[in-house]
Formats: sequence, C-alpha cells, structure tokens
Amino acid sequence: MKYTYTEKKDTRSGFGDGLHELGKTNPKVVALCADLTGSLKMNDFENDFPERFFQVGIAEANMMGLAAGLATQGKIPFTGTFANFSTGRVYDQIRQSIAYSGKNVKICASHAGLTLGEDGATHQILEDLGMMKMLPHMCVINPCDYNQTKAATIAIADYQGAVYLRFGRPKVPVFIPEDMPFEIGKAIVLQEGTDVSIFATGHLVWEALVAADKLAEQGISAEVVNIHTIKPLDEQAIINSVAKTGCAVSAEEHQMAGGLGDSVAQVLLKNNPVPMEWVAVNDSFGESGTPEELMIKYGIKADNIIEKAIKAYKRKA
Amino acid sequence: MQVQEQIDIQTLETLCRQVRRDILRMTHAVQSGHPGGSLGCAEFFVAMYQAIMKHDPDFNMEGAGEDVLFLSNGHISPVWYSVLARSGYFAVSELATFRKLNSRLQGHPATEESLPGVRIASGSLGQGLSAACGVALGKKLDNDPQFVYVLMGDGELQEGQVWEAAMFAAHNKVDNLIATVDCNGRQIDGDTNDVLSLGDLAAKWRAFGWEVIESEGNDLKKLIIAMQKAQALAKKGKPVINLMRTEMGQGVDFMVGTHKWHGVAPNDAQLADALAQLPETELGDY
Repeated sequence: MKYTYTEKKDTRSGFGDGLHELGKTNPKVVALCADLTGSLKMNDFENDFPERFFQVGIAEANMMGLAAGLATQGKIPFTGTFANFSTGRVYDQIRQSIAYSGKNVKICASHAGLTLGEDGATHQILEDLGMMKMLPHMCVINPCDYNQTKAATIAIADYQGAVYLRFGRPKVPVFIPEDMPFEIGKAIVLQEGTDVSIFATGHLVWEALVAADKLAEQGISAEVVNIHTIKPLDEQAIINSVAKTGCAVSAEEHQMAGGLGDSVAQVLLKNNPVPMEWVAVNDSFGESGTPEELMIKYGIKADNIIEKAIKAYKRKA
Repeated sequence: MQVQEQIDIQTLETLCRQVRRDILRMTHAVQSGHPGGSLGCAEFFVAMYQAIMKHDPDFNMEGAGEDVLFLSNGHISPVWYSVLARSGYFAVSELATFRKLNSRLQGHPATEESLPGVRIASGSLGQGLSAACGVALGKKLDNDPQFVYVLMGDGELQEGQVWEAAMFAAHNKVDNLIATVDCNGRQIDGDTNDVLSLGDLAAKWRAFGWEVIESEGNDLKKLIIAMQKAQALAKKGKPVINLMRTEMGQGVDFMVGTHKWHGVAPNDAQLADALAQLPETELGDY
C-alpha cells in the first residue's frame, strides 16, 4: 500500500491549525463562531488574534449576515459552526447574502455526517453537500484527513468567492503527506488501477484505499481518486480514470441523493456511460452510536466499497 | 444644525416629488413592484443621499471613507433606484429598465448585475441589519470613521434574525451603526397590528441596548434634523435606531390609509390620477 498512517487526527483540528496559520500570514482573515469555538478548534485564532475574532453566540443566521458584511469591506471571513447549522439552518442567508451577493465568505463546517456519533440524527447532516453544490457561485470542498483539511483551509483564503469547507469530529488516519499541494478543483489519483475507479471524498478516501488493497488480493485492480473538491468538479480526472477502468464507484458520507455520486454520474452520463455504483447513505436519517458502529450500520465502510466495486466490475461484462 | 441650515429644503422637496413620479411610472410600466412603501420612503432616501451621507456616486464596493447605506426591505427598490440615479450613481434613463429582462434594476436589489450603489442583495427579509453590522465591524477594524446606515421595514421586524443582530450589535458596542425602521404600520396582508403586532418598539429596542430616537419620516426638515441627532448619539458605545413614522403611499391620496398598495402597481387610469397630484418637476421624468 502506497499510503499508510502512523496517527489518527480529527479533520476539525486541521481546520483550526490552518486558520491559526492564516491569522499569522493574512491580516484580511477574520473568524466568526456561533458558540462552538472549542468544537471547531478555533481557540488558537481567538487567543492570538482577538480583534479579528467575533463570538456571535447561538445565532447562525446573524453570523452569515455579519460575514457577508465583513466581506463587503474586503475582509476574508471564516464562519465556524457544525455542518448542520452551517447549511440547512441558514440556507436562505447563504443564498441571498453570500452566494447571490458574490461575497468572499468561507463557510467552515465541522461535525459533518454520521460520524459525529452519539449526538444523533438532529446533528448528523447528510444533505449539506447537495444543498451547497446547488447554489450558483458556491465552491464545495470536503477534504479527507488532517493534513488535507489544513492545506485546504489555507488554500481557500486565496480563492476569491464563497466556499463551503466540510470536515468532521472523529479521529481518522492521517495519510496525505504534509507537503502535498492542495489545488482547488484538482482531483488526486492516490492509487492507479485498471479494473474499477473509486471516486471518494472526505474520510471515506481512507476506506477506499483499504478497499483497493483488499480488492487487489482478489485480483481486481482499483484506481482510487480523491475528489476533495465536489464543485467545481474535476471532470477530466473522472473521464480519464474511467477511460482506463470502464466502471466506477462513488464513496461519501452523505445522502445518495445530491452528493458526490450524483455529480460523478452526471459526468459519466454525458461523456462515457459506464456501470456505476454508489456508497452513501440511502435516503435515511442517522441515529446515536459510535462513529464506527454508524458507518457499519449505514453501509459506508471499506467492505461496502469492496462489494460495490465488485458489482460494478461484474456489470462491465 | 449648521449643516441643516445650508440645505435647501425646497430643492429636496422638489426632488421627492420627482422621485414619487419615478416610482409610480416604474411600477406602472411593468405592472408589478411595490409602490406603497416606496412612496412612503421618498423623503428618507432623498435626505440620506442629498443631505446626510458623505458618499461618492463613483461607486466602489468597499466604500472606504464613505458613509454606506443598506436597504434591508428590498421590495421598496423603486425609491432607492430613483434616488441613486438622481444622485448620479447611474443614468436616470436606466430607470425605464426596472424589472425588465437583462436589466441591472432587478425587482429586488442585487449585486449580480453590478448596479452602482448596491452592496448586497436584499428582499428575503430580516438579513440587512446583520450585513450592515458586519460592515460596521469592518469599518471599525479599518479605523474608518464613517457611518453605516440600514433601513428596515416595520413588518420585517417579525423576522427573528433582526433580533439576533440587535443583540449582537449592542453586546459588541457597534456604535457606528445607525438603523432606521420604516414604521408605516402596514404589511402585505394588512396592518401590522392585525397581522402580528410589534408592541412597543421603542421599549423593545431600548431593552436590547440600543439608543432610540423617533422621527417623522414624511417631513423632510424634521427627518434631516432627526438623522443629525442620530449621528450625534452614535459613537458613544451603543448602536442607534431611528423609529421613523411614515405613511405608506404618501403623496397619492388614494394610496394612503391602506395596505392595498404594498405590492400592487397602478393601472393606466390610476397612474394618470396619481401623476396629476404630483406634477412633473424641472428635473424631468426619465
């Protein structure tokens, strides 16, 4: 296996460390948080740059409006709250005051998906990527580990326009090299293969690498493509990969409807309609449990990727 | 007060009349839009752009070193567009494109078409105070001494986000922010007292930690004095709010005293009747 790890870290810490770094290097960066500073790992920024940090209280709608206003003044606002409260709760504020108004706001969303765990379905948003990618002008990024989240956080400060940056609570393997450049909209082929393409996003990229390893033992050569940017999507990377493999699997911690899989399917239908399978949550809310238990119950583990990869591979025949 | 003495009230009143003609003609031309609240706020926008604000019609988004104004109740865009055009932000002739395909003058204000004077989209209510508050924070970070103004509708105060922003602004001493509420007492479904009563607004805003003044929004001279008073109260640790009494439909006899003209355009006969009450000025129709 080309990629491996020695430690596990939460992607939200990658965000917090990236933001702290930006505080030192970019005076235009300001941060806002809706009473979740510790959960979002924004404390270092708050402590070192208090004049550029705004505690807004439990008032996410106001936070989005404040951010839009600050962006109007040439600041680069980073908002921080859980993914659920960063999207569904404030969709209209994002739509009108940020996306439609062309504001350079970075919506940073932690605790995405099932794997926030025990808090349960009220907090486990699985629709956020769909909501955000539907908005015109919105860039949507879902990095896969601590290093990539940190790199993405730093990269989006230099991108002119609204960004949705999604990350999570659980500790997941750190396998992306610290010095790997992060280019918005550029997919990364982590492992080359010839029999099936696995397009994965978020921490399911690691599951995809594990799946590819086990598929190799069964004589199936899987290509693993890390789609960290859901929008704008690297269509050419998808087209190039399936040109080699002839079938595809998408893998994400999100509803099947509206997620990465749908975006990949659109590209394939337009360019090269090959067999495709989905690894995603199938039209269901989550529930309380440990992240591991939830990933197993809702079918988003490496084993599920293996099963779908074999299915797609067999459909080629 | 010395600034006020230099202002030629009669010239501004003439401009108000021309703005009212613009509003009626713009909404009539496309048989849509919101004439009622627009007519009620003619004095406010004329006062702001002609007497109160330091601003540059050669528009730039940041407005550094300028006073900036946000319209939160975006549906009264006709009055804003008319005053912006007649203050030099864009050609008065462009008012004829209001609400038409490929126009910069969208039904509700927007930035997508880069209309000079507009810094954020509005229309979905309750969002403008938050945005204006963010701009005020930005000005403080930049040590920019100018003011941030925002106009909201009174019905709009039924939106919860307004009170989130109210709490934030007071807690953070955003005292370069001067908000105005268009208190016409009416909204699209009826009188605010019938739809969802707002109660004692002055007491509510005071309880939220704001400096409160009240004003007569259809009396140009009194309104200018009130806004100068608001400026004098600002920068003393509290955000300032001006509860501005207006008449929806002001200037047209059959449009006042009712909520009916909130979002209904006049037909041909009604336009003729209304314009007869507001003779064309030397400024000329667009």
